Amino acid sequence: MRPILMVEPVLSVRDLAVTFHQDQGNVRALEAVSLDLFPGRVLGVVGESGCGKSVTARAILRILDRNGAITAGSVLLDPGTPGELNLSALPAESARMRGVRGKRIGLIFQEPMASLSMQYTVGNQIIEAIRQHRDPGKAAARAQAIRLLGEAGIPRPETRIDVYPFQLSGGLRQRVGIAMALAGDPDILIADEPTTALDVTTQAQILALLRRLQRDKQIALMLITHDMGVIAQMADEVAVMYLGRVVEFAPVRRLFAAPAHPYTRALLRSVPNMRATPRQRLATIGGAVPQPNARPAGCPFHPRCPDVIPGRCAVETPAPVPHGREGAACFHAAVTA
Amino acid sequence: MNVLDVVGLSKHYPIRSGLLHREVGRVRAVDGVDLHIARGETLALVGESGCGKTTVARCILRALTPTAGEILFSAEDGRTIDLAPLSRRALRPLRRHIQMIFQDPYASLNPRMMVGDIIAEPLTVNGVGSAERHARVTALLDLVGLPAVARTRFPHAFSGGQRQRIGIARALALNPRLVVADEPVSALDVSVQAQIVNLLLDLQDRLGLSMLFVAHDLGVVRHVADRVAVMYLGRIVELAPVTDLYGEPRHPYTAALLGAAPKADPELRDAVAVPMGEIADPTRPPTGCAFHPRCPFAVDVCRVERPDLRAVADGHWSACHRADELTLAGVT
Repeated sequence: MRPILMVEPVLSVRDLAVTFHQDQGNVRALEAVSLDLFPGRVLGVVGESGCGKSVTARAILRILDRNGAITAGSVLLDPGTPGELNLSALPAESARMRGVRGKRIGLIFQEPMASLSMQYTVGNQIIEAIRQHRDPGKAAARAQAIRLLGEAGIPRPETRIDVYPFQLSGGLRQRVGIAMALAGDPDILIADEPTTALDVTTQAQILALLRRLQRDKQIALMLITHDMGVIAQMADEVAVMYLGRVVEFAPVRRLFAAPAHPYTRALLRSVPNMRATPRQRLATIGGAVPQPNARPAGCPFHPRCPDVIPGRCAVETPAPVPHGREGAACFHAAVTA
Repeated sequence: MNVLDVVGLSKHYPIRSGLLHREVGRVRAVDGVDLHIARGETLALVGESGCGKTTVARCILRALTPTAGEILFSAEDGRTIDLAPLSRRALRPLRRHIQMIFQDPYASLNPRMMVGDIIAEPLTVNGVGSAERHARVTALLDLVGLPAVARTRFPHAFSGGQRQRIGIARALALNPRLVVADEPVSALDVSVQAQIVNLLLDLQDRLGLSMLFVAHDLGVVRHVADRVAVMYLGRIVELAPVTDLYGEPRHPYTAALLGAAPKADPELRDAVAVPMGEIADPTRPPTGCAFHPRCPFAVDVCRVERPDLRAVADGHWSACHRADELTLAGVT
């Protein structure tokens, strides 16, 4: 029924907690987050601002801001194999961790300019990334960079390799960003809002490219987005996050057909609909996402929840969805196998 | 009765080069745009980055001086005034009639001013007395769904959605004839975006607002707009009532935008159509129809002759040579 369970995950996040130290006190940015990434599959991670989706990515890669720390849980690379590596136990700047970044796990940013320097040509940067991981020599690295740019759908890569990033359109820059992420030949990719800064026609192209590369190379892709449309189009499984927790986990079709968490239901209903009647109102969720330092007690969604159980949701926190299962962290929802 | 008639609006920028900064060409950021907004109507202006939609909005607000064209504004007293050639001084008494809602609710509010003063500022500037001002701010806070205590707080105490409500209250303070909203919900979370979309719809109903709604999100536009104008490389390529534009697009670019937008339904995954090519360089626009290098339906005439915007059905305009023969997929 769920063939993914026959394949071992290539990365397992278990009960991960992250805290940021701020002047106003400590902010719990992640709590008890568990996720699995499987070869050849796309895990969509969706949520609104402050839900912890980007923090999860940065915690996995150990690139949290200096005031952030993993306080509990583990990030297991190749879990259950003799080579299992707990990334959360490694020093962030250790050689092994640096070896993981880029070589095992590639990262694609929202704004490709964040990962590209303006001072160097596209080629210099990709060639450097290639040689950092496994130096095949200068000429071979250049040939490989041209091949990567071509794979990322850049027309005439043999000439484009010598331009500077600012000479490229947003769409081409994101293609360069993807080529950079692939330079170390990783088997895991984390894409953090990779198309949010792009126009809709360019977005469609970049998503199609990501899908093709992910399938061809059997990459485990973690796709972070706020856009339910992108999730519907790309994800195999989906983790819905709210205020630092995974509140629902489900295969994509089940999530859209029968969302189990009141937050997921509300989120899906509030998405604008291209089939709406003129001036049709949207369903709304009352209030706003609370500030991270004003996290409600009990279920973090209870102050906005239409189905709140008086005396319970404000006091008790629903247990997280057990890893490997689908379901919702809600007293109303039953977890299914 | 139209609040606004824009006729032949153009905004060109010189491309300068060399030691003497000689003009070597022109970017036609906006090139011959015609549009109107009827009283109580919301016209959406959509398109991708660089299409000129924001430039059109800034010309109408006269934050920019157009290169050519007329911006005919119908004032309360029935006069029609062309805003395009007016000096700053001549524009000043007219400014209160056209107000703006900004994209970024964080950048558009002065952090050192209390919310009540932010909303009252346009009233103060226009000489409204203090008692009346106080009553008006109370009414505006209520209108946009903010509690009365918001008056004495500073913007930082508010979430993005609440800040956008503050910006809307400020824009409405002087009962403007026309509101120009530039991507007013695109910086907001989806749950908050829905609240602001609904607020704008309520205000349309209650106040009969006339609005130019500049946006890139076709989902939001479907809910908010009465009519939609699609821009590509400085020109309107299609203009139609919202239901017609989405249901039966008559320009291949509109169909491409509708097809490329991600649908929040995994069953429609394969229905997403990936458009080809990239938006052309506005400094070197293609000959003929600017969309032809990306158009799957382009024929010889498209490469040579620029199509005019013409009526293809009642209230439905398209700038495509083949508008009458093509059957394009819309959203059904």
